[in-house]
Amino acid sequence: MNFVQRHIKTWLLTELVRGLMLTGKYLFKKKITVEYPEEKTPLSPRFRGLHALRRYDDGEERCIACKLCEAVCPALAILIESEERDDGSRRTTRYDIDLTKCIFCGFCQEACPVDAIVETQEFEYASESRKQLYYTKAMLLDVGERYKAQISANIASEARYR
Amino acid sequence: MSILEIAQQAGIWALEILAITVPVALSVAYITYMERRIIGWMQIRKGCNRVGWAGLLQPIADGLKLFLKESIIPSTANKWMFVAAPVIALVPALAAYAVIPFGETTLFGIWERKHVMAIANLNIGILYVMAVGSLAIYGILLAGWASNSKYALIGAVRASCQMISYEVSMGFAIVCVLMLAGSMNLSAIVNAQAGGFWHWYIIPLFPMFLVYFISGCAETNRSPFDLPEGEAELVAGFFVEYSGMWFATFSLAEYAAMILISLMTSIMFLGGWHAPIPALDFIPGTVWLLGKTAFFIFVFIWFRATFPRYRYDQLMRLGWKVFLPWTLIWIAVIGVATYTPLLSDIVGFWQPWR
Repeated sequence: MNFVQRHIKTWLLTELVRGLMLTGKYLFKKKITVEYPEEKTPLSPRFRGLHALRRYDDGEERCIACKLCEAVCPALAILIESEERDDGSRRTTRYDIDLTKCIFCGFCQEACPVDAIVETQEFEYASESRKQLYYTKAMLLDVGERYKAQISANIASEARYR
Repeated sequence: MSILEIAQQAGIWALEILAITVPVALSVAYITYMERRIIGWMQIRKGCNRVGWAGLLQPIADGLKLFLKESIIPSTANKWMFVAAPVIALVPALAAYAVIPFGETTLFGIWERKHVMAIANLNIGILYVMAVGSLAIYGILLAGWASNSKYALIGAVRASCQMISYEVSMGFAIVCVLMLAGSMNLSAIVNAQAGGFWHWYIIPLFPMFLVYFISGCAETNRSPFDLPEGEAELVAGFFVEYSGMWFATFSLAEYAAMILISLMTSIMFLGGWHAPIPALDFIPGTVWLLGKTAFFIFVFIWFRATFPRYRYDQLMRLGWKVFLPWTLIWIAVIGVATYTPLLSDIVGFWQPWR
């Protein structure tokens, strides 16, 4: 019986027809394509995109140049130089992130004791040269200024899981 | 014949050839578009929809891109053969269209008798298609050999082995059609199937229809038989080394062959330009023929979206141990039935020559 069944299956091409029917059904299904520049998928608040340096509300830089992020960075993408400021506090004179080296692991923002370095949900910063992907302190502070609302909202919503 | 008459005749032929090659080239372009859209839809994607309205200018953009690209000829390749190979692959694929009848027409009543719309209404049209169609393998073989590359050579050897194997069962499937139609003329074969779908050869020859169409997939190196270009192991098979316009020529040949197989299947098994029921005859025959052809092209694409590629030994097994015996058996069945008293009446229904 098994033999007969198998041969009926083989010669009537039932399995091929079933396969064709399946793809034929999918032909009319609703398409799931997201047409990217016009449509975007939702991003998690924990999304790790472009880096930003934050400031306090009074305009003071958060970063205290503890260099924990530099130490934890597995890709050695962060370069920090620091100096004592006139008021006696330690501040960075240089804070560079080479985004061509960065692997977006998020260790820097986890290591940061003052929530100074964070990763935003921004991912559309493609550039035409590698030079433009070398972000200096001024650029990172600028990013922090631009995405201030987004960053603080995300930190607030994730605060209770940290 | 005076020189003027010769020139006139040559002009008519040139027009006839243009009237077929230009639509074929255009439909090749749009079949690539349809292929991308349909495979996209079957994978619940949208496919190319950016260039022009619904992506309709995509094939033109692609063609332009390929045309403007640099054609690289490898330094170790045999230059002349390398350049000649795509042309040798394309010419037979287009030349085979010379005998394809696209319908019958009286040219809106100008002619008294119906004329067959074909460049040459050959008496041995089907043999011509088989013969010219098999010449395409020379282009592929030369391409693989002249490239002087391992992948190209393996792809070419695979392609030729595959095409030779499937040519046999294809030929036998055609023999079955000839036994019913009693003619090798393609328009005679179509007219033998006149008068409704119950006269079509797909009914007595259903297994042969399947064999012919599946062998056609193998002949044109289409999925699931696209081993010659198996990108997983051979990068792109026989045309790895080709780029730009020469590469486009190969895909032009492949798609032209695909249209040809679809046309031949509709002509031999689905009654060509005849409507499925005589009441629908008011729709022009050419529309019916092209509609049937379009369906088979769709099935080609559908196959590609559905089936995984065959392993090479499975491919050979299917060709030699399944299709060949089946076609031979079916020839015997038709032959015996033709000359057995009671059965001959049944088979005779599809045999207008008796």
